[in-house]
Amino acid sequence: MYALALALSAAFAAGLMGCFALMKKMTLAGDVMSHIALPGLGLALLWNIQPVIGAIVSLGIGAVLIWKIEQKTDLPTETTIGVMFSAALAIGALVTPSEDIITALFGGANPVSLQTLLLYVALSALVVIFLWVERNRLVLSLFNADLAIVTGVNVSRLNLMYLIAFASTLILGLRFLGALLVGALIIVPAAVSRQFTHTLPNFLAGSALVSLLSVSIGYALASAFGLQTGPTVIALAASVFFLSLFKKKK
Amino acid sequence: MNAFLSVQDLSVSFGKLRVINNVSFELNRGESLAIIGPNGSGKTVLLKTLLGLTEHAGSFFWSPDARLGYVPQKIDADRHLPINLQNLLEAKASIQHLKRADILSTVKTVGLPQETLRTPIGHLSGGQFQKALIAFALLGNPNVILFDEPTASLDELSEEHIYELLNELRRERGLTVILVSHDLSIVPEMADKILCLNKSTVCFGPPEEALTEEVFAKLYSEPHKVFHHPSEHHHRHHA
Repeated sequence: MYALALALSAAFAAGLMGCFALMKKMTLAGDVMSHIALPGLGLALLWNIQPVIGAIVSLGIGAVLIWKIEQKTDLPTETTIGVMFSAALAIGALVTPSEDIITALFGGANPVSLQTLLLYVALSALVVIFLWVERNRLVLSLFNADLAIVTGVNVSRLNLMYLIAFASTLILGLRFLGALLVGALIIVPAAVSRQFTHTLPNFLAGSALVSLLSVSIGYALASAFGLQTGPTVIALAASVFFLSLFKKKK
Repeated sequence: MNAFLSVQDLSVSFGKLRVINNVSFELNRGESLAIIGPNGSGKTVLLKTLLGLTEHAGSFFWSPDARLGYVPQKIDADRHLPINLQNLLEAKASIQHLKRADILSTVKTVGLPQETLRTPIGHLSGGQFQKALIAFALLGNPNVILFDEPTASLDELSEEHIYELLNELRRERGLTVILVSHDLSIVPEMADKILCLNKSTVCFGPPEEALTEEVFAKLYSEPHKVFHHPSEHHHRHHA
C-alpha cells in the first residue's frame, strides 16, 4: 500500500513537471537525464548506502554541471545533457554490481517503509509547490527569455531551480520505474494531455490526471496478472498516448 | 532639464567582436527616438543593452521614475504551446503584482477583441500577435516603451494599424518611445530624434537635420534616397 502511495505522489509531481518539460522542449532530456542517476545508484549499492541518496547526489551534480555548461557555451540543453548522459551511463554500468543492474534500469517493487514514503511525499510536495509558485515565471521564460528578464524574472536562477526540481522528479520515480523508464512518466502523460488541451490550467490538470490513472491502473494490472510494475505502468500510459493520436486535429 | 535617458560612451562586445562602439546620446521625457541602420549595425543590441539584457562598457542612466515596457522583434511563438493570451498577461500581472482588471483594459487599448484572450498564442494572426506583444508591454503602465522592429513580417495594412496605435499611445499617454526600425518611412511620423547607428554613431538629432546624403552614404555604404519631410513627400522609402 505504501508503495502505491509513493508511486502516486511521484506520478502527480511527474505529471505536472512533464507539462513544463514539454513546453521547454526538454522531454527527451528527462529520459536521458535519469541515467545521470546511475553512477550514484551504482556507488550507493556498492557501498551499501540508501540508493536514493546516491541518486540524489549524482543528479544534483549533473543538474549543476548542465546549468554551468549551458551558461558557459551556446550549446542547447539537450546537447549538454546528451553528453552527460553517455558519460553517466558508462560510469554507471562500470560501478553498479551486476546483480543490481536490472533493478537500477527498470525499477522494482521493494517494500516501502513509512519513513521512506513520508520522504518521497515531502519531495513530491516540494516539486509541486515549486511548479505552482513559479508557474508564471516558467511560462514567461519559455515564451521569451528577454521578456521574462525585463518583467523581473531571474531566468538563470529559475533555470537552475527548474533543473533541480526536474532532477527531484526523476528521483521520485527511479525507485519503481528505474533509470530507463522514469523519463516516460514525465513525457507521456503531458503528451496525452497536450492532445486535448489549449490552456495552461487544463494542460496541467490533464497531465496530472493521466499520470495518476496510469500508475493506479498499472499497479492494479501488474498485481492482477503478476507483471512487473514499472513496465506495466509505462506501457499503459503509452497505450493511452497512441489512442489519443486518433483524436481529430482542430 | 535632466535627461530621461542618458547614454555615455556605451560599448558592447561579444568576445573580440565590438558590436557597439562608444555611443552617447540623451533623450528627454516624452520624446521619441528612432534607431536606424543597416543589418548588423547593432540596433537590437543597443536596445537590449538599454533594457539591461547585455553586458556593456560605458554607462547609461534612466530617470529614477522610468518604467520600461519592451516589445521584442517578432517572436516565433511555438504554435503548439498550450498558452493563451490570458495566461501570458496573467503571468506578467502576477509577477509584477498588477490588478487582473488591467488585463482587459490593456487588451482593449491595443484594439484586440476580448475573445482574443482565450485564443492560444500560436493561433493569433501576425497583426494580432504583435498587438498582443504591445499589450504585454503596456500592462503595468510603463512610461517608456522600447520597440524592436514592431512591424517586421507584417503586411502593409497591419503595419499601418501598428503605427497608428503607437502614435495614439504617444499622444494619449505621453510615452517616451525608442524604436528600432529598418523602415525609414516611419521616421517622419514616429521620431523626434534619429540615431543612425553603424556600430558607432553616424548621426543623431531631429530627422530633418540628421538625415543627409552624406549620412546615408556613410550608413549604408550605397546610394540611397534621402529622407524628405512629410510636407514634401508622402512616399515610403525602405532601407
